Amino acid sequence: MINFKLNGKDTSVDVADDMPVLWVIRDVLGMTGTKFGCGVGLCGACTIHVDGEPLRSCIAQAADIAGANITTIEAIGETPSGQAVQEAWLHLEVVQCGYCQSGQIMSAAALIAAVPEPSDTDIDEGMSGNICRCGTYVRVREAIKEAAKSAAAKRAE
Amino acid sequence: MTKLLETRLSKLSRRAFLKAGAAAGGGFMIGWVPHAAKAGGDAVFAPDAFIRLDSTGKVAVVMPVIEMGQGTYTSLPMVIAEEMDLDMGNVTFEHSPAGNAYGNPMLGGVQITGGSNSIRGFYMPFRQAGATARRMLMTAAAQELGVEEGTLTTEPGFVVHVRSGRKTPYGELAQAASALSVPAGVALKDPSTFRIIGNSVKRLDTAKKVNGAAKFGIDVQIPGMKVAVVAASPVFGGTLTSVDEASALQVAGVRQIAKLGNAVAVIADHYWAARQGLDAAAPEFDDGPHASVSTADIVAALAKASEKQGAVAKSEGDAASVLAASSRKAEATYEQPFLAHATMEPINCTVHVKPDSCDIWVGTQVQGRAQAIAAEALGMQPEQVTIHNHLLGGGFGRRLEVDFIQQAALIARQSPDPVKVVWSREEDIQHDMYRPYYYDRISAALGEDDMPAAWTHRIVGSSIVARYFPDFMKDGVDPDAVDGAAENVYGIKNFFVDYVREEPPGIPTAFWRGVGPTRNIFVIESFLDELAALAGKDPIAYRRALLAGNSRALGVIDKAAEMSDWGTPLGPHRGRGVSFQHVFGTFMAQVAEVTVSERGEVHVDRVLAAVDCGLPINPDTIEAQLQSGIIFGITAVLHGEITLQDGRVEQSNFHDYEILRIDKSPKIEVAVIQSSEAPGGIGEPGTSGIIPAVANAVFAATGVRGRKLPFKAEDLRSR
Ligand code: FES
Ligand code: FES
Repeated sequence: MINFKLNGKDTSVDVADDMPVLWVIRDVLGMTGTKFGCGVGLCGACTIHVDGEPLRSCIAQAADIAGANITTIEAIGETPSGQAVQEAWLHLEVVQCGYCQSGQIMSAAALIAAVPEPSDTDIDEGMSGNICRCGTYVRVREAIKEAAKSAAAKRAE
Repeated sequence: MTKLLETRLSKLSRRAFLKAGAAAGGGFMIGWVPHAAKAGGDAVFAPDAFIRLDSTGKVAVVMPVIEMGQGTYTSLPMVIAEEMDLDMGNVTFEHSPAGNAYGNPMLGGVQITGGSNSIRGFYMPFRQAGATARRMLMTAAAQELGVEEGTLTTEPGFVVHVRSGRKTPYGELAQAASALSVPAGVALKDPSTFRIIGNSVKRLDTAKKVNGAAKFGIDVQIPGMKVAVVAASPVFGGTLTSVDEASALQVAGVRQIAKLGNAVAVIADHYWAARQGLDAAAPEFDDGPHASVSTADIVAALAKASEKQGAVAKSEGDAASVLAASSRKAEATYEQPFLAHATMEPINCTVHVKPDSCDIWVGTQVQGRAQAIAAEALGMQPEQVTIHNHLLGGGFGRRLEVDFIQQAALIARQSPDPVKVVWSREEDIQHDMYRPYYYDRISAALGEDDMPAAWTHRIVGSSIVARYFPDFMKDGVDPDAVDGAAENVYGIKNFFVDYVREEPPGIPTAFWRGVGPTRNIFVIESFLDELAALAGKDPIAYRRALLAGNSRALGVIDKAAEMSDWGTPLGPHRGRGVSFQHVFGTFMAQVAEVTVSERGEVHVDRVLAAVDCGLPINPDTIEAQLQSGIIFGITAVLHGEITLQDGRVEQSNFHDYEILRIDKSPKIEVAVIQSSEAPGGIGEPGTSGIIPAVANAVFAATGVRGRKLPFKAEDLRSR
């Protein structure tokens, strides 16, 4: 049994230690918001947060998250940075097919939580692990800046 | 799909449309089946295959085309809402099932999402559907209120009695309206009174895409479902010879091994078990007849084929003689590689085969073909197969193909449970159906005025149309292969284009974003730049001179020139390039600015695009589609290449089939020209236009003319 907190809830799964966390989430727990894109850490579609840090769940093993606090796209809206990112994403109509967007949003939320006023270089560094085949990058960049501003404004309130 | 067929088909379908109220003959149905369509959910008023009004006033639009990112699930409902007079907040969508009622009039009435045809195919039918529904609600209100219909008008969601100001909500009229027969020939709105079309409207599909709730095909969960992972023969046309079933079955969670002629699938409780089971199964294959195929041999065969006369696509004047007599001419060959689609959502399909029926959950651009291929694979009638379509995690032409649906049906047939077949990314890249390798031979002679006096262009490559739409081949010419090349947009007097079909042995080829124009516009617009250079002319001035009198063309070129500050200096290692095109019913000019490092690495810094796609429906979506198409095209110029050695695709995942990432992504500015012309396509022209714009910019920066995609740093290094 591997125990961890998933979106605030105590969760235990009976899986092999080396099972990738992605498949624990998608196929064992049935939460499909976290996406499979490459399986080898190259695309970012599977990004989740482990204790607030972004992690590519396709190359993390179940045993690695024992005792950890996991957040997925389904609950990222409950964090201030996640909420700001989702709002900016909708406001600027970032999304196209949407398949990569769970991962984009998870990476973006982690970025603005860590770097409250991200520069273009910060955005390049924080987001270049996330591929978007629909090419939404122009709007991803704008939306991160907008989200960072609105998150900062909320903190100031 | 291509302009030639479009013209042919749209004539037929326009005629068909005039017969609204009856299915047109000859197999062309345009989605107008009065009372025949069954209402979904608690829809009360369903006057046709598309509109479902319920008693609360909400309208679900049953979408004949599928959403794959292009925004069609918003722009087409906008068209109905405009004519029916709805508040967009009350509009939702449903995926359509397989059915002739959902065929695209632009595509011979076949149910296809592709070729940038959704708005073009359904703009008029949806206006008509919306206007007709509105009229029926007004008729119903007139009866209920006992007044003349002429005393009524509408406001969004309400029929209004003008004099008294009394408003009746649409929802309350739904029942009465559904008892009416469907009137024909209802007048459409005057476009100058549009209040929705032409304004940026928030997309209807995105809210669930930011919180993980949206369901793509790969997200399907059916009670009792198992997951299968597949390995097909690494060489196309190979066959499965052995599988270590015992070892595979020892992996915890593995339930079953399903063998096909050319592949093996391991069926398990979840993807990970299936994947490990597949490793343990260690399948072996007989490579078959294509074991020695290589890119080098394929290119050699194409080059040889390019020496042959092709099927003539266009011949005006006498290009050959003018060329022979000229002393100022240019000649070149251009090459473009095989490409994979690499949709972000890997290929997948979920199938449940029961004794006398089958359910399929999938994301497809072709519901009808999906149904047909599964029925054939299972020995069923198409009606026994139900397609449950899903949002597509990218299409780009990959999901116009049904190879994987056939495969999933053949696997699931061996299992009592529903089976979700998921391809690994490696399988997805190595068993795609590829954008074919094309080899073009092009030449031109300049006249005394420095303008091209003669032009010959031979296009050599695989024909997708011959396989996919065989009826559309015309005297050996594949209309898609020459789309964008045969129209003589620059009005050259002596003009000749021919096509040589040359199939790569064993390699499946397929449509890819931008179809024919994506290949042809690169060649034409690059070569035109070569001619401008030969003539010593500025590339924009050269195009302007050739397009004199074509106001829509000049409109986009001038706009792009202005946006880019064309003519101002850029500094060392930098260059600007332009492209112009009129494809997919849309005029577009793009200017790309690039920096080429001393090591030969190209960075696209900025792209300025001016587009005239006729009447803009949802301007924000037009901008988004251009941004998207441009980045898709830059990936193709800088990275995209599938190669073969020993019959095997050499690339396997995003480390060797690279996709442009945000840190290499340009700034993009888009200007949408106001127009009231018929709406043009927008999903693909961004891709076809950017490739030559970048190629021409690289030439401006380095003096090196890239005639072979993708560009390689070693060819562009400073000497
Ligand atoms: S699926 Fe994890 S990085 Fe691509
Ligand atoms: S929105 Fe389609 S892959 Fe990013």
